[in-house]
Amino acid sequence: MTALVPSSKSTSISNNPLSQLSKISWAWRVTLGYLTLMLFLPAVALMAKASTVGVGEFWRIATTSEAISAYDVTFITALIAALINGLFGTLIAWVLVRYNFPLKRLVDAVIDLPFALPTSVAGLTLATVYSNNGWIGSLLAPLGIKVAFTRLGVGVAMLFISLPFIVRTLQPVLQEMEQEVEEAAWCLGASRAQTFWRVILPPLMPALLTGVTLGFSRAVGEYGSIVIVASNIPFKDLIASVLIFQRLEQYDYAGATVIGTVLLAISLLMLVAINLLQAWGRRYE
Amino acid sequence: MNKERSWIKGALIGGAIAYLALVLLIPAVNVFVQAFKGGFGAFVSNIGESDFIHAVELTLLIAGIVLPINTVFGLCAAWAIARHKFPGRALVISILDIPFSVSPVVAGLMLVLLYGQHGWFGSFLEASNIKIIFALPGMILATAFVTMPFVAREVIPVLEEVGTDQEEAARTLGGSDWQIFWRVTLPNIRWGLLYGVILTNARAMGEFGAVSVVSGNLAGKTQTLPLFVEDAYKQYHTQSAFSAAVLLGCLALVTLVLKEILERRTHIKNVDEA
Repeated sequence: MTALVPSSKSTSISNNPLSQLSKISWAWRVTLGYLTLMLFLPAVALMAKASTVGVGEFWRIATTSEAISAYDVTFITALIAALINGLFGTLIAWVLVRYNFPLKRLVDAVIDLPFALPTSVAGLTLATVYSNNGWIGSLLAPLGIKVAFTRLGVGVAMLFISLPFIVRTLQPVLQEMEQEVEEAAWCLGASRAQTFWRVILPPLMPALLTGVTLGFSRAVGEYGSIVIVASNIPFKDLIASVLIFQRLEQYDYAGATVIGTVLLAISLLMLVAINLLQAWGRRYE
Repeated sequence: MNKERSWIKGALIGGAIAYLALVLLIPAVNVFVQAFKGGFGAFVSNIGESDFIHAVELTLLIAGIVLPINTVFGLCAAWAIARHKFPGRALVISILDIPFSVSPVVAGLMLVLLYGQHGWFGSFLEASNIKIIFALPGMILATAFVTMPFVAREVIPVLEEVGTDQEEAARTLGGSDWQIFWRVTLPNIRWGLLYGVILTNARAMGEFGAVSVVSGNLAGKTQTLPLFVEDAYKQYHTQSAFSAAVLLGCLALVTLVLKEILERRTHIKNVDEA
């Protein structure tokens, strides 16, 4: 708040239309300065380092079998987790918007837990609950299902972290949907299934896709909970972020940079995709 | 028909709650149960360890430094974006979101490449005897990076909704920029701002990935509370890991409660205005 003090210097010319301009450009200067220092400079450092690696070498490091397996574990697991949450997130959003039941407010508030709970705590508790002698893990162990310290554990951590994105994107859209349209569909003789597929789902699609993409992008970027819940063994449950971390620990800066650049590029692509999806969603408003 | 409907309703609610229990509720409850499994005394003795106390202090210190910086930046960015129509506005908002979408490890890596021993400023920093990586400044930079967008993201929509009418009226009545900000703009955006600050705080105190890359994770030196949780767990001190986790769990609970209160306030406000 003290940062706005210098703008009071312009009070002497406050009757001058220029003061408005100088204030705006002042806020802009802080914004651009901070973004440059904190965001652009580090990003440029990463890309500059990547460019010193050379195209052939970059490709070789980016496609080593260990890296490919890490992409596989990261992206495929994140995609599956996002899709599962697409299904259950829709169900949860539907139940929260359409039905009344005891403790509904509490359930609604709990959805945001992954936003608020530090990732290392999430990893710790998931590793305990889903371990072979944990509350849920001990029920699954007799069935031969191991969750903690396997790729399944990575998936559960990704489910945890991406759920709120889908529910919170869908809720407002569901809220605005008029139930009369569904009732009209029923009156016109549509079955429950037809109403769902033809009337409810289409307007929900942009929000659902946006939510799933947001959740996927968040799951891809997740590190803290996964590094704890997984065993981090290459070719088994090692994700790309952990691979970068391990490369850094081995002082292999080129290796870390190349995989980091690949991840950054994919994050930026996801960001573009999310923006396009949101623009598409606004057409329905 | 009605009977069938209520059957479907029950099944849907049951399914939703069961899924939430598996993924969110049981793990959350587990934190508290595990922390107090050895009784309250064990918990108290765990949080009395010197490494633990140092981790708490460091976490509070970093949040205390990052919070004001990112609040000021967030206000400036929100003002610049919301009060200014220009081409490429959507792009700027997207750029602001980068810290959320990029893996925190990549964020830490970028800082290492800039300020680390072999980084751009490495030799300069070494010559002037400034340590950033594996020291407090790096941890502050990493935390500031990952929490950068919160305030701006919460304040931009509020600023847009409030509009410029009141500010313009105040200006016509001779208010200075400073007066307008304190008396008109700030009261209008206060709940959104507070919300952003609370989210920034939760993430700043809970950040793990980016901080763990740049901190070196030395117990009693560069170990924050989330790093302490992982370290203790890896050393099979599960009990002290959960003692630290329960503190962070309480932070999450407080954050959620405040968030709920603020959402209700802003909602009520909207209803009043409508």
